[in-house]
Amino acid sequence: MPISLDSRRIILALALVIAAVAGEAVVNEAVAGEATTSKPASSTSPVTHGVYFPETFTIANGLQVVVVTNRRVPVVSHMLWYKVGGADARPGKSGIAHFLEHLMFKGTPSVSSGEFSKIVARNGGRDNAFTSDDFTVYFQNVALSRLKLVMGMEADRMVNLTLSDANVYPERDVVLEERRQNVGNHPSARLYEQVDAALYINHPYGIPVLGWEHEIRSLTREDAESFYRSWYAPNNAILVVTGDIDASELRPLVDQTYGLIPARPVPAHALTEIPQQDAEIRVVLRDAQVREPQVFREVIAPSFRHGEVKHAYPLVVLAEIMSGGPTSRLNKALVVDQRLATSAWLSYSPLKNGPTTLTIGATPVPGGDIARSEASLDAEIHKLLKDGVSDEEVATARKRLLASAAYARDSLQGPAYAIGMELVTGHSLDEVESWPERIGEVTATQVNEAARAILGRNGGVVSLLLPKDDKTKDDKKADENPMIKNQGRNE
Amino acid sequence: MIRHNLPGLLAVVIGLICFQAAPARSLEIQRVISPGGIEAWLIEDHKIPVIAVQFSFEGGSGVESADKQGLACMTASLLDEGAGELDSQAFARRLQDEAISVDFNTNSDSFKGSLKTLSWNQDSAFELMALALTRPRFDAEAVERIRDAIISAIRQEQGDPNKVAQHAFYAALLPDHPYGRNELGTVESVAALSEADLRSFVNRQFARDRLLVAVTGDIRPDQLGPALDRLFGGLPATAGAVDIPEIAQHRTGETITVTMPIGQTVFMLGQQGIKRNDPDWFPAYIMNYVLGAGGFSSRLTEEVREKRGLTYGVYSHLVTYDHAALIMVGGSTVNAKAGETLALIKQEWTRMAEGGVTEKELANAKTYLTGSFPLQFTSARAIADIVLQVRRDRLGQDYFKRRDGLIEAVTSDDVKRVAKRLLNAATLTTVMVGQPNFADNSPTRPVSNTP
Repeated sequence: MPISLDSRRIILALALVIAAVAGEAVVNEAVAGEATTSKPASSTSPVTHGVYFPETFTIANGLQVVVVTNRRVPVVSHMLWYKVGGADARPGKSGIAHFLEHLMFKGTPSVSSGEFSKIVARNGGRDNAFTSDDFTVYFQNVALSRLKLVMGMEADRMVNLTLSDANVYPERDVVLEERRQNVGNHPSARLYEQVDAALYINHPYGIPVLGWEHEIRSLTREDAESFYRSWYAPNNAILVVTGDIDASELRPLVDQTYGLIPARPVPAHALTEIPQQDAEIRVVLRDAQVREPQVFREVIAPSFRHGEVKHAYPLVVLAEIMSGGPTSRLNKALVVDQRLATSAWLSYSPLKNGPTTLTIGATPVPGGDIARSEASLDAEIHKLLKDGVSDEEVATARKRLLASAAYARDSLQGPAYAIGMELVTGHSLDEVESWPERIGEVTATQVNEAARAILGRNGGVVSLLLPKDDKTKDDKKADENPMIKNQGRNE
Repeated sequence: MIRHNLPGLLAVVIGLICFQAAPARSLEIQRVISPGGIEAWLIEDHKIPVIAVQFSFEGGSGVESADKQGLACMTASLLDEGAGELDSQAFARRLQDEAISVDFNTNSDSFKGSLKTLSWNQDSAFELMALALTRPRFDAEAVERIRDAIISAIRQEQGDPNKVAQHAFYAALLPDHPYGRNELGTVESVAALSEADLRSFVNRQFARDRLLVAVTGDIRPDQLGPALDRLFGGLPATAGAVDIPEIAQHRTGETITVTMPIGQTVFMLGQQGIKRNDPDWFPAYIMNYVLGAGGFSSRLTEEVREKRGLTYGVYSHLVTYDHAALIMVGGSTVNAKAGETLALIKQEWTRMAEGGVTEKELANAKTYLTGSFPLQFTSARAIADIVLQVRRDRLGQDYFKRRDGLIEAVTSDDVKRVAKRLLNAATLTTVMVGQPNFADNSPTRPVSNTP
């Protein structure tokens, strides 16, 4: 699928694996109270319009509902997306959105603490939750006959969460263990945190969704309750249901559960902007655990919703040209032709409320020189900015993206994930539905303009992950400029 | 505190406990025999224009001799790196342009291939997969590039506490046996593998008498028959039986510590388990669910995570091979709590061994294990993979219909019997990676991590 998820910023509540699903989505105009749909054409060729063919309606309290029918087996995926995430934490309260996500399993007057997942399980279902910068998501995969049950329980905890010190504070210890396990034990994860902190100047995306350890330690029950009261409301959520159901079948269940909850005011997201960046920042982590070094260059880029949004679709095509499989430019150059790296990649996801990032990186071959990999990445960027991409490269990339989109509906949870992520980060259903046309009309000129706008300016972070005893210089320009020789040392 | 009354909700929550398994409609398995005599099991599904083919050859990493460790894995990585007249880049270009996916992977007992295509590209997909299986090129460029990638992966694993724990664990419990080795190989063994080794593996291992095929999606039986001959007709008829020694006795009771400079102790504990073809498989499966495989419904998660906040995740697992079986538990906790956490786990191990499960736990396990089965049927490839596993495990064409009955028939006495047979906290082999504050009476062996 063409749009890669920024998975390192999505924190799962439970230690269970969620299928990695990337994708684009489809949609129709949301008309309050009235379901709309467009049926899939019986296609015998790659996608030209529409991917998921959903139906949608919005109920009186403001909850938008999207349905993607898939009648393969009599099961459904029920996924509730709240438009609140790690970026909405007040200063000093980092990790509160994710902590609350854990605490949402701690009970209501109807469902006692810890029972939510057990009830789902003994009804043959699976559940989990996850938090990112912009959203918090709860889902259950169940047999169709159990859908009303989980909708009732999910609606219940939207308004009736009842916390006590006895279940809040052991869970804070669980979150600290989660941080040790998923960040502390992995130098690359620690490096990513430092890179985000350096890159997202004056912006909440620079703060980990999971929270800084010292701030997690100070989070209280009252902090969680206050965050819950501020943000959890039907008018601040989107419900996506996929599987063996259509909108006319789902509507009565929505009315009997979420429909009983009144709308209430929700705060605006605090909007700060990243200032102009002129300095290139080098972030270096040396660690005894690192056996193979890595280098990547990361810059701020527009998302579908923020910044120079006209560049977003062209950047999706650029990512395919640079990084889409073995024949991509970076793999061909660094891995196949130059034999410098075992992998080379460019990643870009436009699915953010605010600014997103574009990242180019490589892992050198064993014993390889990290500086040569960095120089080669820079040479590829230079070539891109100087000569641009060709019409033929763009045509091939478009064709591949559209062909792969034909697989999008071959999944139960994938469509719920993709559509939810698109809508919660501000795309309209129409926009999502039009993905094939938007990709299909991208030109080489647009790709080149986007590349120059995003990669041709100053700023950004160059990041090095190095073994502890590596003799690599932290700053490749140190020899050229004695003035900066002592910067960036991290030993 | 917020209170908002939802009329009717209580009844919904409390009312539904007994689960009636949903009918697995549209999951009828058809046997298809090609004109050339190749058998596949097919689940037709024409709603989405996707075809998935999952197949396996008996014999994976387990057939490697010690000096060829990593050969199966390296072969799997190279089969899609050029075949026939198409070099690596040309082969990849065809796959990418036509949105066809060709993948190979290996485990201890089998070598697996996966093909996924849109139905309008099926002819091309079958041609490319057949080429990869019968005419792989193993060009020097590709061999050296993949060798580098595998060595890089092996070295990266040496810095990952989960991988370090895993390798130490299997080496300790399955000693002097191919199952106990890292399937990627070692830096030294992979460095020494040659093109001749790769060709020899393909020639010796891939044959029709070792082949199992499962297919799902937008293809009819009359189309699949000829396709099977195109895919697999070019393979030799026979390669003979796979010869892997049986492991009956596992080393027991040892504690192995690998020191790593991290804040947590990553642990894995295990002992002799139960094979898939054992008559007590389902009692063991239910016992394992209640013990540690059932997430928030499991005793280990309840005791270690929910009550005490000692971990983000603790789980138990039945590990099955054709010639060995293990039951294991794994997780991680802050170094200072390693002793307390392992003591709790052993306490739960003993409680299960002595008392089995309650009637309520048994009933809850059954409703989950029957009710959740259809949730795995999420994509064409996922369905084909389940069908392939049913074939590998020789469970029969009617297994999907029989499975609920097999689970429902298990009694608490069955679980108690198998728990007593399998679980013995005193003979658990323990692997810890990190800086645990730990002392007990077990024989302890420090192991140094490869720098």
